Amino acid sequence: MSSSSQVTESWISSFCGLLGHEYFAEVSEDFIEDDFNLTGLQSQVPMYKEALEMILDVEPEDDEEEEDEDEEDEEDDEILGDERPTGYRRASDRRHLRIASDLSVIESSAELLYGLIHQRYITSRPGIQQMAEKYELQHFGTCPRVYCNSCKVLPVGLNDSPGHETVKLFCPSCLDVYTPPNSRFQTVDGAFFGTTFPSLFFMTFTDLDIGGGVRSNPSSAADALLAIQAANREAKAGNNTTPANVTSINGVAPHNLAPGLGPGNIYEPRIYGFRVSERARSGPRMKWLRMKPADVTELDETRRYWEDRGEDGDRPDDDDLNMVDVADGKAVDRRKKIVGRTRRRANGNAGGSPMDTNGVGAAG
Amino acid sequence: MDDFNSDTDSDYTSYWRDWFISSRGNEYFCEIDEEYLTDRFNLTGLNTEVQYYQYALDLVTDVFDFDCDDDMREQIEKSARHLYGLVHARYIVTTRGLAKMLEKFKKSDFGKCPRVMCESQPLLPMGQSDVPNTSPVKLYCARCEDLYNPKSSRHAVIDGAYFGTSFHNILFQVYPAMLPAKSQRRYEPRVFGFRVHAAAALARWQAEEREKLKERLRGERIETGFEEEDEELEEEEEDEEMEGDGFEGAVVQQ
Repeated sequence: MSSSSQVTESWISSFCGLLGHEYFAEVSEDFIEDDFNLTGLQSQVPMYKEALEMILDVEPEDDEEEEDEDEEDEEDDEILGDERPTGYRRASDRRHLRIASDLSVIESSAELLYGLIHQRYITSRPGIQQMAEKYELQHFGTCPRVYCNSCKVLPVGLNDSPGHETVKLFCPSCLDVYTPPNSRFQTVDGAFFGTTFPSLFFMTFTDLDIGGGVRSNPSSAADALLAIQAANREAKAGNNTTPANVTSINGVAPHNLAPGLGPGNIYEPRIYGFRVSERARSGPRMKWLRMKPADVTELDETRRYWEDRGEDGDRPDDDDLNMVDVADGKAVDRRKKIVGRTRRRANGNAGGSPMDTNGVGAAG
Repeated sequence: MDDFNSDTDSDYTSYWRDWFISSRGNEYFCEIDEEYLTDRFNLTGLNTEVQYYQYALDLVTDVFDFDCDDDMREQIEKSARHLYGLVHARYIVTTRGLAKMLEKFKKSDFGKCPRVMCESQPLLPMGQSDVPNTSPVKLYCARCEDLYNPKSSRHAVIDGAYFGTSFHNILFQVYPAMLPAKSQRRYEPRVFGFRVHAAAALARWQAEEREKLKERLRGERIETGFEEEDEELEEEEEDEEMEGDGFEGAVVQQ
């Protein structure tokens, strides 16, 4: 493995250039060289030092004279263990002979290590910026769902530890995950992108128009008609569409809240033009998955909570009341109570004010 | 197309339909019976829809016997493919057609649902309109009841009208046993293990709608078609333990 000695291409850029590695960003060497960013990885990756050297294209040199010193150093490393992941800096210390079988182990360790660093890198400021450029260039492809109108997607892992799932694609328009269309991505570990990245991405770049500007779907007149009907029904029921002055609901601009969902973006099964009834055995059962209230302020759970409780001593100011985030802990509580109960009752059971924290917002 | 020309120039009587359904990009089509094609009743109205109707029909039924130049030949071939597609839309809703398409469905000839939670549910081709040249073919997943674009660009150019808006729904009415159990599992966007509020609030609202639907169905004493309710409970328990996982319920897929 002397490819590193050829100045032509670094290990990182050649790794990112491999077929199937199109989703990867090139992690900057500065990021890798900061030990803080590598905390805890030593215990996850076999032959950590060698792998790190390979990633950074540090050439191990066999220097006979320094051998004695080296041995001491290595012992130190072993004793100190995790606390000293700095070993790679003394690349010349290595007395390890690189034989062929070793190399393949190191190579795969390097890929694992790079992936885990990558997971961290793309949630950092420069990393997420780099991914934003790739997103703009549609490197991750588009949502396969028809009603998402080829919305651009982002890679996501379903698990943060490697070896569980391959990489998936997250669509912000329908808030769902999809398998990449090309099978070459089915060898890429999802943990190399992590569970956090896509959500953090859209929290970071709130100005992006994720629907891509294509709001209406002209492909089906019947569905457009249905959308109008649904809107009318809502209007008659007293629930108008979202008021124009709402700029943010639960921390998201209304036009960026799952633009691919809601009336007009739900498939309506038909036979010879007649809708299939939900009472039929083969009738629709999954529309809820693609539903969205016509008036998104319905999703402002905090305001609904206080409205239901009526007058109360610790009722917050109106400013705080609008579109504020609900504490995560309460959200979990409620989720468990959802079966067989109405939302309101669950709200009542949660007790206390749900205004304590503003957890999710702070994560960005 | 080159294939075809070299094939048929030498021998018109080679089976056009065999060639058609086995050629690349036409994997979604099934073979239409000879009897069905030759019954004029089944072709009612298509003569106004297809140019060179008679020649095209002759070509499809392997009785084409007309000397013409290459341009004309090309035109007729195009018409033949169009005619085949339009007859196909009618044929696949017949008993025999449904059975043939069901076989293809079982073999996943139309691909698998890209949605992760659908766990590779086989898809069915469909059109968003019954009028030709309106929109290309889409794929319907019976598990999430949604439409997807075909992966391959060679399928994305097939006219949706060659499958029609009704076929996939009729198939499940005729073969209700083929209906997959609906899954309530879904993806939950998370940041550092915490649910993203906007998405979670929407998901809770959707879950409310789902419970309303279940309530309605139970009121009518109709099967909900969802996966076992106790399974759902199990998932929720696991959810508690597996905080920080991207899945609701953290059920690992096969």
